[in-house]
Amino acid sequence: MKLINGLIIFIMSCFLSSMSFSKDLTVGLKSEPSSIDPHYHNLGPNNSFSTHIFDSLVGTDENQQHYPNLAVSWKPIDDTTWEFKLRKNVKWHDGSDFTADDVIFTSQRAPNVPKSPSGFGTYLKGKTFIKIDSHTIHIKTGKPYPLMPNDISTVKIISKKHGENASTSDYNSGKAAIGTGPYKFVQWVPGDKIVIEANENYHGALKNKPAYKKVLFKPIKTGPARIAALLAGDVDLIDSVPPLDVARLKKNNKLKLMSGPSNRVIYLHMDQFREDSPHIRAIGGGKIKNPLMNVKVRKAISLAINRDAMVEKVMEGIAVKAGQLLPAGFHGVSPKMKPDPYDPSTAKKLLKEAGYGDGFEMTIHGPNDRYINDAKIAEALAQMLSRIGIKAKVETMPKAVYFKRASSGGPNKSPEFSFMVLGWGAGSGEASSPLRALLHSYDKSIGMGRANRGRHSDPAVDKIIQKALSTVDADARGKLLAEATEIAVGQNYGVIPVHYQMNTWATTSNLSYQPRTDERTIVMGLSDN
Amino acid sequence: MTAFLLKRSTQSLLVLFIMSLLVFSGVNLVGDPVEMLINPEADQEDVERVIRELGLDRPITEQYWFFLVNAFKGDLGTSFVFGEPALKLIIQRMPATLELAFFSLFISIIFALPLGIYAGLKPESKISKLIMAGSILGFSMPTFWVGIIFIMIFAVHLGWLPSTGRGEIGTFMGIHSSLFTLDGLSHIFLPALNLALFKLSSIVRLTRAGTREIIHQDYIKFARAKGLSENRVINTHLLKNILIPIVTVVGLEFGSLIAFSTVTETIFAWPGMGKLIIDSIYNLDRPVIVAYLMIIVFFFVFLNLIVDILYTILDPRVRIQGSK
Repeated sequence: MKLINGLIIFIMSCFLSSMSFSKDLTVGLKSEPSSIDPHYHNLGPNNSFSTHIFDSLVGTDENQQHYPNLAVSWKPIDDTTWEFKLRKNVKWHDGSDFTADDVIFTSQRAPNVPKSPSGFGTYLKGKTFIKIDSHTIHIKTGKPYPLMPNDISTVKIISKKHGENASTSDYNSGKAAIGTGPYKFVQWVPGDKIVIEANENYHGALKNKPAYKKVLFKPIKTGPARIAALLAGDVDLIDSVPPLDVARLKKNNKLKLMSGPSNRVIYLHMDQFREDSPHIRAIGGGKIKNPLMNVKVRKAISLAINRDAMVEKVMEGIAVKAGQLLPAGFHGVSPKMKPDPYDPSTAKKLLKEAGYGDGFEMTIHGPNDRYINDAKIAEALAQMLSRIGIKAKVETMPKAVYFKRASSGGPNKSPEFSFMVLGWGAGSGEASSPLRALLHSYDKSIGMGRANRGRHSDPAVDKIIQKALSTVDADARGKLLAEATEIAVGQNYGVIPVHYQMNTWATTSNLSYQPRTDERTIVMGLSDN
Repeated sequence: MTAFLLKRSTQSLLVLFIMSLLVFSGVNLVGDPVEMLINPEADQEDVERVIRELGLDRPITEQYWFFLVNAFKGDLGTSFVFGEPALKLIIQRMPATLELAFFSLFISIIFALPLGIYAGLKPESKISKLIMAGSILGFSMPTFWVGIIFIMIFAVHLGWLPSTGRGEIGTFMGIHSSLFTLDGLSHIFLPALNLALFKLSSIVRLTRAGTREIIHQDYIKFARAKGLSENRVINTHLLKNILIPIVTVVGLEFGSLIAFSTVTETIFAWPGMGKLIIDSIYNLDRPVIVAYLMIIVFFFVFLNLIVDILYTILDPRVRIQGSK
């Protein structure tokens, strides 16, 4: 009887799988990965693509919440040790078994890939991996470390058998690209296409079952060409639909558009470390004490920004007003903070109180090819600021030039600009990411404030951030992060948040895509209508 | 002859050297590749690691010296973005660009010659005026705009041709090219036509001018007087004579066809060298930019050398001057 039952299930599953695998899919991507090696380049397009082939211990869903993937459970067992229980009966694409050895091997390889332009040492340093048994791992840290699941979720697990002695080229050619993920790697022709096919033996964490027999990724860099390819039926899914086209495309019933908020906030950094700021002058061009050092001026600028107009007019409605560093729903977000209202008269009053009633001249710097509508944002800001008496000029430039100058273009590698438009995406999905990088005092020795381009510094905030980063209890940490945000952004105006970027995907009308806050385009997020 | 060759070769090497100096220092003046490549969440320590890994912590003169030494060994550096040899990346994509350039050259000649001859033979007819007006349009419309309009008409509205990418690749006599499959041809047609338009227009005008001039020559009159058929007059006597300037122009501007292809390649997501160089400039992938420019410079220097050698063979006066 058992045998017959088993047989029926086997036949059924064959039938079902052959049904679900019957379709092919083509995806038009704005950016293609620079490698198939999951540890070579820690950057959006690479991490997005490698999710199809490789699994991490901890999975992240569309809202960057964690779910058990190759690890079935994880918990801290003492102050400095986390225990990860691994999933059993998981097979690599070549049929061999997944064990703790593969995880240990991954932890050794991932931070040390030769020639890697951005490695995973960022997430793995200070962590010691210990194999307890074939399916249990302990990770030890020097001091209590709460962000373990976040860090571990970024690292894709590779097979020891195929990864030993394998170079990045071996992954690109497919020789070593053996994962446990829902799809198997078939071929990559750089600049042309990536082909993957369904892994019929997928272990099946959550809803990530492969639904397509073969998937073809095509890099199509220009927005209009991507849209045309979708309209022509050459691709079934595209990412990064330009906001300008969204309203028009919504009327087309051959397509479906899906927008969702991302983890990226567009914000303003202001020079707070130079008495004489290079791009700020008194009206008429004379010298003036840097007004941005004064919190009243910074608050005035925030009140002078008409965020509704910014979202509606500049972003075509495809954005959300921001009052802090991450939208609601993320860990460590303050429930109290709302976006500042548009209030130019109070702003003018504040300027007067601060002693800048006559206003001043300033240059706003921004990139013109990095964020959605970035140059337009800078221009709109200049107009809004002129209403409270700040005569702002706008200078935008390609990101290739901009970021170097914004980080280290000044004397002694200090930030060059006085007032700049920037964006921050919280890859780890927690408020600690922007807080430590943008608002903690710049301190090379402890790796804090790397992107603090205004050099805002408040010892009280630093203390709270550091405390939060060693508080393992999630709720307590969340409260600390919210507190740090309330002081650093809400009181100090260390940075001024403008809006959260939204990303838009488009599919043919018979499909739909679940927007992701991490901006990734993952085939498993597609569903039939 | 040997002395001449020697002299020219040294000159060519000198040009290559000066170009490498200019390109290398120019590219290194702009931006910071690490800012482009690194994950924003990385801290200062990671940034410094990457700077060391890419060799950017060394003084620029030392970096240049390394580049020169390796270049002599045939290694033009390793791409920051892909981690693969820059030369390999470029050569990988060269066939796609070359087949696009050749095919669009083919299209422009096939269409331009008959149109140009017709316009030259019957300058007063309405069709000729239409052809000439069309050629002005072809000159003046921007490539990227025409490309998008082509996609909208032929791929989106009519659905005849695919909108993007390169098709299946076939093999014929050991050559791999998408020109050998039906799928490949359907993919290449729109980008090639887009790229050909400018060239087509100029060849039409050139052909018309040539036809107008030659049709009044005595030997054409004589051929007609002999009672030859109009077909034979045109196909043999006229065509052969107007082809001389056209071949020269086509040959000379083949390079510019490859250069113009960057725009077309970007719009049609054609995986060629042009798209690679645009992406590399965008991402500050310095080794690829330098390698690409060095290859182009080498290409031109080499072509010039060949032309000069051909001149010495054709024109003894050059040889005498050269060997002095």
